[in-house]
Amino acid sequence: VDIKTMKSYLYWLYCQYELITCSYLMEPWEKLLFYSFNIAVVAVIIYTAYLFIPAHISRAFQFFLHLLGNQPENTASIMK
Amino acid sequence: QKNGVSNGSLYKKPFTEHFEQAPLYVAVLTFVGFGVGTIFGYLRDFMRAWGLEKCNIAAEREQQKDFVPLYQDFENFYTRNLYMRIRDNWNRPICSVPGPQFDLMERVTDDYNWTFRFTGRTIKNVINMGSYNYLGFAEKDANALKTVTKELQKYGTGICSTRQEMGTLDKHIELEKLVARFLGVEDAMVFGMGFATNSMNIPALVGKGCLILSDELNHTSLVLGARLSGATIKIFKHNNVQSLESLLKDAIIYGQPRSHRAWKKIIILVEGIYSMEGSIVRLPEIVSLKKKYKAYLYLDEAHSIGAVGATGRGVVEYFGMNPDDVDVLMGTFTKSFGAAGGYIAGKKDLVDFLRTHSHSAVYATSMCPPVAEQIIRAMKCLMGLDGTTQGLQRVHQLGKNTRYFRRRLHEMGFIIYGNDDSPVVPLLLYMPGKIGAFARRMLEKNIGVVVVGFPATPITESRARFCVSAAHTREIIMVLQVLNALDELGDFLQLKYSRYSKSSHPELYEDTRFELED
Repeated sequence: VDIKTMKSYLYWLYCQYELITCSYLMEPWEKLLFYSFNIAVVAVIIYTAYLFIPAHISRAFQFFLHLLGNQPENTASIMK
Repeated sequence: QKNGVSNGSLYKKPFTEHFEQAPLYVAVLTFVGFGVGTIFGYLRDFMRAWGLEKCNIAAEREQQKDFVPLYQDFENFYTRNLYMRIRDNWNRPICSVPGPQFDLMERVTDDYNWTFRFTGRTIKNVINMGSYNYLGFAEKDANALKTVTKELQKYGTGICSTRQEMGTLDKHIELEKLVARFLGVEDAMVFGMGFATNSMNIPALVGKGCLILSDELNHTSLVLGARLSGATIKIFKHNNVQSLESLLKDAIIYGQPRSHRAWKKIIILVEGIYSMEGSIVRLPEIVSLKKKYKAYLYLDEAHSIGAVGATGRGVVEYFGMNPDDVDVLMGTFTKSFGAAGGYIAGKKDLVDFLRTHSHSAVYATSMCPPVAEQIIRAMKCLMGLDGTTQGLQRVHQLGKNTRYFRRRLHEMGFIIYGNDDSPVVPLLLYMPGKIGAFARRMLEKNIGVVVVGFPATPITESRARFCVSAAHTREIIMVLQVLNALDELGDFLQLKYSRYSKSSHPELYEDTRFELED
């Protein structure tokens, strides 16, 4: 874990992000606006994920369990 | 695309062109970049309209705010909001001869490219990859310019007249005879400006009731000349002979739009080398088409005269064809001859007609004598008439440099457009953020490049255009320096989009060949 190469790699990634989203061309206050907007969006996504994903996963798990548990009965009802 | 078997008899050597498409993620990210730029453009426009920010560009006066708006179309929006941010990469003033290396005036901006000021320093010996100096005739060596200085002292610099009044000098007659001999045609006429040669002579050759078939990516001078002439214009896809043939068939079958009479003249406008794509025209096929459908061909050899062909005589020689097949040969002296001006060459009847009917001959000042002498000496050097083989050496050097440069860039993994033999090398950048970054970083490494963006190219395909020169290998270090810089910069900016690049370990190829020979 070489801190120097890690730091330069992260800086390079930041440069790529700047080039792709044209923030390389922006004046400092525009960059501030743009980055705060991006960070706000990412923060909201993480917060929503934290709130809802465990509930979604447990419900999906229950659904599949239910499906697998009633397997023989379901096929019998389809074949008639 | 490799053009192998289908037209095998027309092409004497392989015609390889590359127009590789970038991977899909590149197009998506380019649109993301433009989207963000557009949003911030609207934000800044809003701030300017509501007075929160000073408006630095052209706007209507207060009294005219209720009139039809002058500055609202997309081109102006793009100029205000995207071009201005990277404007420092264009219009850079140079202060030396544009040879293989040149000096730049250093300029800085305090308000994000709205105004510039010169610091007074010059950046010396920047490697020149942008000038159209294909054969290296833009030089200031006193020996080479001996005849030019003599003519300057004999004739002065001004002509003060047009060709038809008192502006035809013996130098022009000498130059025209030399150009005709160089190209292998009957006669030629020279004009003072290359752009004006196209835009002023096409209206003299065609008029109402004629049909112009022009390539999609023709230069503005050809487009302007075609529009000024008043003829009907139809566009065919770039270098696409099937598209041209279907247009010709329709023209012959259906005739003029409402009366269905036959067209008075059908003329095909093509260029020898297209300067934004680096592609070479498919001349043998187009000539066979023109003979079949009895149309005329106008070939604009602005970038190809002196730069392609075994002895530098342009695309006609490159394909091994007869110059009589092309009806109007046009070219400029700005690119390969280090001078200024243009010529039109062809049959004697055509040139005599142009001497009386061309707008440029009647109204435009003719070429000045020292410039004419520079062209004469460059052409004599190319033809070998000055007793040395320097001209031929320059042409061969250019060919070697072109092929080497293109091969190395392909190997490194960049996407390059165009034919393998054309000295114009466009390197695709795609994303708008990378345009500015590329040009600035190359200048930091002391290399001057030309980057091109939206109005001159499609909006998603911005590129950096290199012009290989025969003068670059006087010190071969220059070409290697540029290639190393490109390699580094390509890795840093992630420009190596090509999916077809050869392996970066050529030694492995050698090893396997060795084994097979066993």
